[in-house]
Amino acid sequence: MNIKKRIVLLAIAVGAMFGLGGFTFYYGEGLSYLSTDPKACINCHIMQSQYDSWQKASHQTAATCVQCHLPQDFPNKYISKAENGYNHSRAFTLQDFHEPIMITTKNSIILQNNCIICHEDMTHSLVKSHAADPNAVKCVKCHQTVGHGEPVGLGGPIQEHEKGGIY
Amino acid sequence: MSENSKLGSKAGIAVIVVVVALLSAGIAALLLNIFERKVESKNPYVRLVEVTENDTDPEKWKVNWPKQYDSYKKTSLSTRTRFGGHGGSEALPEQKIERDPWLKRMFKGYAFSIDYRDRRGHAYMLEDQEQTERQTKPQSGSCLHCHASIMPLYAELGNGDEIKGFEETYKYSYKDLNNKLKDMGHSYPVSCVDCHSPETMELRVTRPGFIQGIQALADSDAPTPHLPSVEQWREGSRSEPYDPNLHATRSEMRSYVCGQCHVEYYCGSDMKLTFPWGNGLKVEDLEQFWDETTLSDGSQFYDYTHKETGAKILKAQHPEFELWSQGIHARSGVGCADCHMPYMRDGASKVSDHWVRSPLLNINRACQTCHRFSEEEIKERVDAIQERNFNLLQRAGASLMELLDTINEARAEGATDKQLQEALDYQRKAQWRLDYIAAENSMGFHAPQEAARILGESIDYAWKGTIAATNWNKVARNVKK
Repeated sequence: MNIKKRIVLLAIAVGAMFGLGGFTFYYGEGLSYLSTDPKACINCHIMQSQYDSWQKASHQTAATCVQCHLPQDFPNKYISKAENGYNHSRAFTLQDFHEPIMITTKNSIILQNNCIICHEDMTHSLVKSHAADPNAVKCVKCHQTVGHGEPVGLGGPIQEHEKGGIY
Repeated sequence: MSENSKLGSKAGIAVIVVVVALLSAGIAALLLNIFERKVESKNPYVRLVEVTENDTDPEKWKVNWPKQYDSYKKTSLSTRTRFGGHGGSEALPEQKIERDPWLKRMFKGYAFSIDYRDRRGHAYMLEDQEQTERQTKPQSGSCLHCHASIMPLYAELGNGDEIKGFEETYKYSYKDLNNKLKDMGHSYPVSCVDCHSPETMELRVTRPGFIQGIQALADSDAPTPHLPSVEQWREGSRSEPYDPNLHATRSEMRSYVCGQCHVEYYCGSDMKLTFPWGNGLKVEDLEQFWDETTLSDGSQFYDYTHKETGAKILKAQHPEFELWSQGIHARSGVGCADCHMPYMRDGASKVSDHWVRSPLLNINRACQTCHRFSEEEIKERVDAIQERNFNLLQRAGASLMELLDTINEARAEGATDKQLQEALDYQRKAQWRLDYIAAENSMGFHAPQEAARILGESIDYAWKGTIAATNWNKVARNVKK
């Protein structure tokens, strides 16, 4: 077989790969992961309760998923995105992760940094110098509910303000 | 071209073929994986067969809800925790009364002194009841309220009115009613239809005992901060009775379905099966309810006469729903199913784990959703609570034995029933509280502080009784108590 034939063969193979791979990427909504839309985070439904609870929490009007959970600077944002993206898709494909899902140490440092970026004026003297120290006091240790609401699972009791003359 | 390069080119093509084949297989597998997850998230279930109120056989429901069914079937597996459950052999669980001798003595005069074993899973509820040696004494048909999928039989007995049918069943013997059930083809343990509407699969309560009990609770003024829909109903016009299937929140239903059975009740043959909730859900509310209830012969309500002392005793069943209602989890809106049937993930779909079991065997799903500690830490915290409760329970048992001994001694010295009346009344009170915590299936965990309060009262009453029995001869022979 001459070189030309081999190139054609290789081209067909690579083309088929691109086609199949491209379609899979499209079908898996790959492009959405380059956006900042919180809906992209529930493509695979694992984060559904995190998404739902975020919508009920105070930060719903202030910050989206990536504003708290990804570094804000280039290129760290994309490095973190790639790393988490790889971890999440591997875990979901192989279905072998710990449940309930919990934030990793690395990601909790990113989160802490993001708390400080917005609330710097108020927290400056409290935590700034310790942001990367994993043992430092974390904002969410006390302000647990700001991102994802009260940890009462799904449902929870009727609150006083929700009571109305239904019956 | 030389032979070598020909070979080389063939090998090169072979490598390309293999690599491309592997890659495309990998991508196709990923594509199918994504497809599968998408389908799972779109259709929680596919209704392939119609199910109705009369389909008590869970096998039929399996066709539509295989994931739930699979975990439901696991209730036949034996599980064990430090303080509960049954592990090991296929045989009946070991005798609880052999392990704690004070239990046996406490139940003298009652069928539980014949046979009282550790619990097994839902799958065994009917079989274990058919086999218990307590059946050597005639038992009431009321028992089947909770041990079988009985609603179609209630409907038949009441000519369509399930409540009316239910109110007749205490008159039947257990064996007769169970045979009727078998003849109708409904001889199954708790089944899908008992908690789910066959049309919508929504949670619903079916058991008349619960419906009447919770209505009585709603009608009372007992505070129910853990049941917001009851408080809400009370604020309304009350023109219609409180209806759990209509008024309760989804969250409450996740406890109500369990409260259909995991409660204190009367299920003998003197009157219909009764949940004693008319004064509230605390141990003394239930006691007051029984104290105010009269049997058909006009005497004050009691479950059995204690064989040694002659005291009229109240037997506690398994008041899980009641003890839970006094605890911090209930107060925080956490229901039975949140811990005993937590949500689990199956691919991209969310399923309630129908393998109802101790949360200690499922800590990551049951506890860690809210409590962000390691499994070991959570386990140790629970263990600390249960061990304290266990130790206090043993003390309360010992105190009661002291009371029984003292009453026996007084009798030997010639004390009359009247002279011992005060001691016997205390025995009823002490034993009710002790049994309440011993029979409740959480070793105090459902409401630790409340359990300790109840055991504290039990110990107090046992010693008050002991003092009264010691001083029997200070009471005049014919005193009217």
